Amino acid sequence: MSASTSASAAPSARAAWDDPNRVGHHGHGHGGEATGHGQGGPASKRIITGYGFWIYLLSDIVMFSAFFAAYAVLADATAGGPGARDLFSLTNVAVETGCLLASSFACGMASIAASVRSQLWTQILLLVTGLLGFAFLVLEAREFAQLVVEGAGPTRSAFLTAFFSLVGLHGLHVSAGLLWLGTMMAQIWAKGFRPNMMRRLLCFTLFWHALDIIWVALFTIVYLMGAG
Amino acid sequence: MLGKLGWNAIPFDQPIPLVSSAVVGIVLLGVLVWVWAKGYVPYLWSEWITSVDHKRIGVMYCVLAMVMLLRGFIDAMMMRTQQAMAFHSPGYLPPEHYNQIFSAHGTIMIFFVGMPFVVGLMNFVVPLQLGVRDVAFPTLNSVSFWLTASGALLVNISLVVGEFARTGWLAYPPLSELRYSPGVGVDYYLWALQIAGAGTLMGGINLATTILKMRAPGMSYLRMPVFCWTALASNLLIIAAFPVLTATFAMLLLDRYFGFHFFTNEAGGNAMMFVNLIWVWGHPEVYILILPAFGTFSEVVSTFSSKPLFGYRSMVIATMAICILSFMVWLHHFFTMGAGADVNAIFGIVSMIIAVPTGVKIFNWLFTMYGGRVRFHTPLLWALGFMVTFAVGGMTGVLLAVPPADFLLHNSLFLVAHFHNVIIGGVLFGAFAGYNYWFPKAFGFMLDERLGKVAFWCWFVGFYMAFVPLYAVGLLGMTRRMQHYDVAAWHPWLLVALGGALLILCGIGCQIAQLVVSIRTRERRRDLTGDPWDGRSLEWATPSPPPSFNFPVLPDVEGEEAYWGVKQRALDAQRLAEEPEYHAIEMPRNSPTGVVTAFFATVTGFSLIWHIWWLVALGLLGAFATFVVFAWRDEEEYEVPVEEVARVDRARRRARVEAMPDWRRPA
Repeated sequence: MSASTSASAAPSARAAWDDPNRVGHHGHGHGGEATGHGQGGPASKRIITGYGFWIYLLSDIVMFSAFFAAYAVLADATAGGPGARDLFSLTNVAVETGCLLASSFACGMASIAASVRSQLWTQILLLVTGLLGFAFLVLEAREFAQLVVEGAGPTRSAFLTAFFSLVGLHGLHVSAGLLWLGTMMAQIWAKGFRPNMMRRLLCFTLFWHALDIIWVALFTIVYLMGAG
Repeated sequence: MLGKLGWNAIPFDQPIPLVSSAVVGIVLLGVLVWVWAKGYVPYLWSEWITSVDHKRIGVMYCVLAMVMLLRGFIDAMMMRTQQAMAFHSPGYLPPEHYNQIFSAHGTIMIFFVGMPFVVGLMNFVVPLQLGVRDVAFPTLNSVSFWLTASGALLVNISLVVGEFARTGWLAYPPLSELRYSPGVGVDYYLWALQIAGAGTLMGGINLATTILKMRAPGMSYLRMPVFCWTALASNLLIIAAFPVLTATFAMLLLDRYFGFHFFTNEAGGNAMMFVNLIWVWGHPEVYILILPAFGTFSEVVSTFSSKPLFGYRSMVIATMAICILSFMVWLHHFFTMGAGADVNAIFGIVSMIIAVPTGVKIFNWLFTMYGGRVRFHTPLLWALGFMVTFAVGGMTGVLLAVPPADFLLHNSLFLVAHFHNVIIGGVLFGAFAGYNYWFPKAFGFMLDERLGKVAFWCWFVGFYMAFVPLYAVGLLGMTRRMQHYDVAAWHPWLLVALGGALLILCGIGCQIAQLVVSIRTRERRRDLTGDPWDGRSLEWATPSPPPSFNFPVLPDVEGEEAYWGVKQRALDAQRLAEEPEYHAIEMPRNSPTGVVTAFFATVTGFSLIWHIWWLVALGLLGAFATFVVFAWRDEEEYEVPVEEVARVDRARRRARVEAMPDWRRPA
């Protein structure tokens, strides 16, 4: 009873068994034309990895959305302490944003360098990506430290709790990305551009750009709307 | 050095947890010694613990669920005996212990019985039904399982080291905040669920990717068995809902560990935000559990009625409708919050609407049976029991969805009876149906039918005896989680409920006996053909148990009920299709990454609970090192030689040819 029978049977008499619920035929697997309903068999590893990672990113964005929701609920709960208007410096945030976007650009260039298999340029551009990400983190840490010194730490009010958690969660993602980046650079150096390295690089660029998307939302909702 | 951990963490003054955990410890030690003495350790390590085979991982999920079911059921028995005794008396469980028991019961039954059971079934069945060789990310799958096991381990450790939460299974603040729950109980709860939740999320991503991107040639979406559709819906819900759980618990952890003010009473914290967030996860969660059960019933009803499923497309639409609507009803868990009549009315109406697709499904199952040649095997009994029970539970649910009625019934035993009605009658019956149905596929021999049926009847009658009285006392005004009471009218009902629980205990006993008897007499229960139930989907095209690579050649799907069509053609011609050309197959290598990661996760979780900071750092470092080692490996796959593939498939073909004269013609 092989499941891999091909076109040996007469189709007409079998129609009722093949298609008991009359949902219609859309061609036949191997050799048939792919109709856009995913009949072509399992996708390639690169597609599967990238797709799976995208789904992970979506779930990550859902997690951020919970923190965004908490921020929206608690934004006015300042408990007599300082509010957004009193605290945020848009200059600092503008520089942070610049670092992050430039970092993403470098990351995109790195994936071009990798696709032409240039070890040197890939490493240089990934290093630039990492250094800009690190600069972002330093700026953010400085902002946090300053707020704490001013007595506007996360335990001061529910508003500051939500602010530190939301922005800090993004910062945590950037930090984890840097750890990943460093490990991956060492791997690319040691192992070269193997297919699995290329898949990891693909995932990393997706991750890095997704963090930008989140930062844009964060920048708008927390800083622009808060300071304005 | 050891943070908050000291000898006073061991409850020497409480005989019940001490003795029970000693018994568990001795049994565990006995099993380990037995395994070691028999020389099974290398086998277990290489074939199960480090396995990345989706079938093995699925089985391990189900084993975890069944073991934890025993733990959760013991908690249930303790609650029922306590409430039967505690009329005008303190009973035998002090309040602080009783509170831990009902919290642990709920946590365990949802996160460590329901979840692993349905995830295990999906893991085992989905790749087989899709006609592929494994899930999208096999090693990640192993990590997911072991993280779930790590969470279960932490919950069980809390039995003997420290305490568990006394806050109920969702740990509402402000009660769960540090000021009102200063002990480690809530921390055990939070970290165990964070670790298990991370595993569940990864599993969800894995299976969704598998279903969306890895199907056999020709397996278009509308040719997938309904179980795959429900698995898809369930995993999409996991992806959308579990991150919210992680975020919510992270907020509570920040409150507890760093003095943040998300949900505190002071400094502007908002406790109702927790309740909203947790149910944004919590309501989809019940559909994450029930949808795969619906899928299981669809397979079972169709197979044992010897008919294609009635209304396949409406089944798919109903599944996806439930998937979306499940995100729009969360507020019905707390109509009493006082959101106002308009908000309550909207959520009440949506809650009633979600009953419609479920009703569609019930009718589809009934029409599938209508005119079919129905065979009353154990899996079908569970399905029939489900249809009756779930319809009752659904109707009490619609009652609760009426906000004014809910104001009276909120947090009463009526509610408790309702959700047990749908979770036991739906999820658990579904898990048992799937267990009886797919067991021969997993192990190559059949479960004992007689004991299986006795177990079903004990559960079925026991369920009604245990929970109909709870509806009654709920209407009589009894609230949930009561440690003692002095209303005479409640007492007889609670005695009956205890009787029901005892009957369920008999059912569990029969299930254990069924497993033991079946294993001992397995030689005469062999499933030689791989198709013991006259099945219709692709898992029955493989031998039982399937080889590691599932399919020697990926099946070429030419219609719905992929395997049924092929089978009928073979019956017509009285011979199998031509032998395909075999090739060597590449399969993913085993990896200890999962179990090592879970080890470090357990260490990290435990030390976070007890504030042993140096060990936290060590655990995280270990986890990172594990990932680097895994990422550094050069050989990801091994090759199954072509001779081996041919040998396995020729044996399968021989068995099928020999069995051909016994096969039935289609109805």
